[in-house]
Amino acid sequence: MTDLSLPPDVARRPIAHTELGGEALRIEALYKSFGELQVLKGIDLEVAEHEVVALIGASGSGKSTLLRCINLIEPVDAGRIRVSGEEITAHNVSVDKVRRRIGIVYQSFNLFPHMTVLANVTLAPRKVLKLSRGEAEARANALLTRFGLADKRHEHPDRLSGGQQQRVAIVRALAMQPDLLLLDEVTSALDPVLVSEVLDVVRELAIAGMTMIIATHEMGFARDIANRVCFLHQGRILEQGTPAEMFGGPREPETAAFLERVIRAGRL
Amino acid sequence: MGARPRRPLRQSRWAGVVIAAVSTSVVLTLLAVVITGSEGWPRVQEAFFNGDKFAETWPDIAQAFLKNLQIFAVAELFILVFALLVAVMRGVRSPVLFPLKLFAIVYVDLFRGIPSIVIIYMFGFGIPALGIDGVPDDPWFWGVVTLVIVWTAYVSEVYRAGIESVHPSQDAAARSLGLSGFQALRFVVLPQAVRRVIPPLMNDAIGLTKDTALVSFLGPIEAFRRSQMKVSADFNFTPYLVAAVLFLLITIPLTRLTDWLVARERKRTQANAR
Repeated sequence: MTDLSLPPDVARRPIAHTELGGEALRIEALYKSFGELQVLKGIDLEVAEHEVVALIGASGSGKSTLLRCINLIEPVDAGRIRVSGEEITAHNVSVDKVRRRIGIVYQSFNLFPHMTVLANVTLAPRKVLKLSRGEAEARANALLTRFGLADKRHEHPDRLSGGQQQRVAIVRALAMQPDLLLLDEVTSALDPVLVSEVLDVVRELAIAGMTMIIATHEMGFARDIANRVCFLHQGRILEQGTPAEMFGGPREPETAAFLERVIRAGRL
Repeated sequence: MGARPRRPLRQSRWAGVVIAAVSTSVVLTLLAVVITGSEGWPRVQEAFFNGDKFAETWPDIAQAFLKNLQIFAVAELFILVFALLVAVMRGVRSPVLFPLKLFAIVYVDLFRGIPSIVIIYMFGFGIPALGIDGVPDDPWFWGVVTLVIVWTAYVSEVYRAGIESVHPSQDAAARSLGLSGFQALRFVVLPQAVRRVIPPLMNDAIGLTKDTALVSFLGPIEAFRRSQMKVSADFNFTPYLVAAVLFLLITIPLTRLTDWLVARERKRTQANAR
């Protein structure tokens, strides 16, 4: 089966991971419903520092909801989330402070269209971390240069390609120097030819040791980049393991069926 | 953000200009012929379009029109600020702040629903009549207050539409970067909302310039009242035309200015307007 989702130079290039550190995130018995619809039905998940976890599963399996709950953009119904040992689902926790430490990048970029690239990236460091304009811009320029966006810094987002916009969105999250980065199907809204430039950025972050949880439909990418792959099915983590275990011979019939569908769709 | 064709081909544009010019002059000529050829035209012309009368009454009315401009400038300033506050209050989601939301809803329902003239009378005559110490009884003051109160209700709805037109994902993106709810509103939602509603805001500003004439019901003499007095002197209506022209001198440039501002903003932020 030819790989249609990734250009050849991106696919099949497993990365060398940074050695795992202590506990970065621990989720215990997480539940979330939207009205009658129960989306998350008891999620337990641990992520170590420098670990890259890929969430796979059909649309509607709860991947995005899980990421949004970790970021506290969606309030959880029940369960606990700890970041570096500190419970962030406790009542007395300031959600704004939690979100400084957890970056999230969305499928649809969600850049601020009325601001230049530079202003997008420096807004939160200036207003939340209270950096001076100079400090924030130095930090932003370093990141923009690192990801090949330096010449775009005075453009407005609408003038950039989708791939460039998504890279800016990643840089915007990185400018807060988060402990944990959540990527919610960051390539799903992109033209296929633009996918690799975004995946290359994520790959570089993984090599640099950024702790990440990545919801993705790019199975080849998940296989190369993740330490661990979790298969979400109907609001539960049905199966998890190393990429070799998961893609080589999944134990659960649902996992096998899902991967088979994905392979038939030409995405592995 | 798909690329929309902004401009038809150059060739057809020139053809379009010519066709528009011809059809416009035909219509205008026909209209002029019908109106000036009508039986009552000489009398109408004498009563409404009297050149001598126009020249004679212009200076006084133009002088009085400065008052309208003053009322407009002061009122608009307050309206733009208060209306934004009301719109933000209306949008609060926290249960603790529900009284603010309720206030905003009642306020808008009330003052948008009552004819301005009734409110002008109630405020301009009613409140001074209470005779409370320290409360001004200046009709100018109460005229401006009334305009601010009434137009704040309208303009807050314009702002609200703008705020609601900003996709919730923008707020989510800001909040997930650690910005507080207020910061997300201040730096992300409101700047986009306000830019989007500049044309309707300008529309309401033009409505306000004309409503400045309502202040005359409390007694002050502005352009409309001044022309009314001129008219009642000899029952020639031309002074009203003077007032109309004065208003147009302000409102038409305002409209063109808005169009220009909107076009410039679009050009700056959108790729397809290059």
